[in-house]
Amino acid sequence: MLTKLSRPRRFKNHLFTVFCYATSVLSIMVLALILWTLVSRGLGHFNLAMFTQATPAAGMDGGLRDAIIGSFIITGIGIAIAIPIGILIATFLAEFGRKSALANQIRFLNDVLLSAPSIIIGLFVYALVVKTTGSFSGLAGSIALAIIAIPMITRTTEDVLYLVSPMLKEAAVALGIPRWRVTVQIVYRAALSGIITAVLLALARVAGETAPLLFTALNNEFANANPLHPMASLPVVIYRFAMSPYSSWQSLAWSGALLITIIILAINLGARLFLRKKEQ
Amino acid sequence: MSNPLRIKHTLKPDALFTGLTRWCGIGLILLIFAIMFSLVLLSAPSISAFGFKFLFSTAWDPAHNQFGALVAILGTLVTSLIAILIAVPLSFGIAVIIIEILPPKLGTVVARVVELMAGIPSIIYGMWGLFSLAPFLATHVQPWLIEHCQNIPVLNFLFGGMAIGYGIMTAGIILAMMIIPLISSVMRDVLATTPELLKEAAYGVGATRWEVVKHILVPYTRAGMLGGVILGLGRALGETMAVTFVVGNSHKLFTALFMPGTTISASLANEFTEATGTLYPSALMELGLILFVITFIVLALSRRLLRSSKTSGGVQ
Repeated sequence: MLTKLSRPRRFKNHLFTVFCYATSVLSIMVLALILWTLVSRGLGHFNLAMFTQATPAAGMDGGLRDAIIGSFIITGIGIAIAIPIGILIATFLAEFGRKSALANQIRFLNDVLLSAPSIIIGLFVYALVVKTTGSFSGLAGSIALAIIAIPMITRTTEDVLYLVSPMLKEAAVALGIPRWRVTVQIVYRAALSGIITAVLLALARVAGETAPLLFTALNNEFANANPLHPMASLPVVIYRFAMSPYSSWQSLAWSGALLITIIILAINLGARLFLRKKEQ
Repeated sequence: MSNPLRIKHTLKPDALFTGLTRWCGIGLILLIFAIMFSLVLLSAPSISAFGFKFLFSTAWDPAHNQFGALVAILGTLVTSLIAILIAVPLSFGIAVIIIEILPPKLGTVVARVVELMAGIPSIIYGMWGLFSLAPFLATHVQPWLIEHCQNIPVLNFLFGGMAIGYGIMTAGIILAMMIIPLISSVMRDVLATTPELLKEAAYGVGATRWEVVKHILVPYTRAGMLGGVILGLGRALGETMAVTFVVGNSHKLFTALFMPGTTISASLANEFTEATGTLYPSALMELGLILFVITFIVLALSRRLLRSSKTSGGVQ
């Protein structure tokens, strides 16, 4: 026969359930509020002119063309540097180092670097590149973004490489194929979708990074596609414009913010869809 | 455990490839040392000029070359503490609702929405804080709180100051919103490691949901949960853009939480490119060094805790 719960036990349980619902609803509401603010304020300048016009002077109308191009170049070079290094480190951890002391040490420091403040990476690249070359440059920004992307790619790729069936590798080794060709032609190919997901997730993370670009790529009021010169980027221009007292700049900053959020959410979504399709 | 696939007499390209991967890994270790070394090197002028006094001085006067880190350090610690105090209970509620309360399909939807929050770049949180949250707090929340708390000790520190919207408290709130997705996803991962058998046994003897959470889930996952919280703390300590927008960027020591202040990362973002001379940029570098050391210790601690509970640690 069922007996009823005592009153205090039932009350505590209800209270806890209500608390859990309240926290979730509150968080989702805040997210909705942010997205709503972003869309309603960002639609103002979200038009063709944003993509085609040059950076405006204070109080003038213009677009974010130069910043968009700059962001593509800086992020593109940064990810291009990070992909091979990240994959090679992951290969060492998953295939060769395994549980050796060195591999464990690398894994630990990789985890620390993964969450290290991005502004510190900016300071480091300033010391390493900007100080030695004597100039802020888009390339310095790329290097900073690469240092942020490498631990992300390493971490996810390592996990993916473990999923490759050992039988596949053993079969290849038994045929007398050298280890490096087994890794490159069998393991990488088998894990390709996972590696692409890792790269996309890292791309989504660095595409919105502002802090590491402040002292490296700096900014540029003029159109520039040479990565050896200071270069405008979408996040830095958004930051400068949003902090400015001019309402036309602020409005443009919101449109840029909307654009970058759409891009990042699309990349994230793409990465997940890609993974899910391959899993089936 | 030795590698079952190792071939004794490796061919030359094999050794080359293995060596390449190994050196990339070693390069990562060297990178951490290089970061440390370059920060120390560039902050040397400031270290030799101020010594240990730098850590405890509230001075920040670029015109007279007087620098101290205390205001920025306190700002960093206090904003992060506020963030943790707000974010931990909220994240716990979200993690429990996903794992224990909602049906799996609906739980996944909530988990995805929270992950969406994690994808939004920090600069957007900062802008939202400056343009939406700060004006709202300044007109609807802070005047009332300041008026009712001004004569009560402790509360007049927590809810005192000026009704200007931005400041230490606002920065803490924005930071909390930023770390909720991180902490809740780690908590979700660790909670999911609890064996079903334990939970079912507890439900079977008539425990309520709250009792299962309190007596089974929390004790079983304690280390991992703590790791998640500390990971969130590490993120909050180093976060730059979201804080720079709303903290107020004042080097005067705050005497209440509704007052403007600064953090290490906000000072760097604001001042580094405009700092001239030798001492000013090097004092900022030393701030960066302090931040690196603090976050390194915090993150190392969190990783030790998370590794022991075998979760992905915030990487989806």
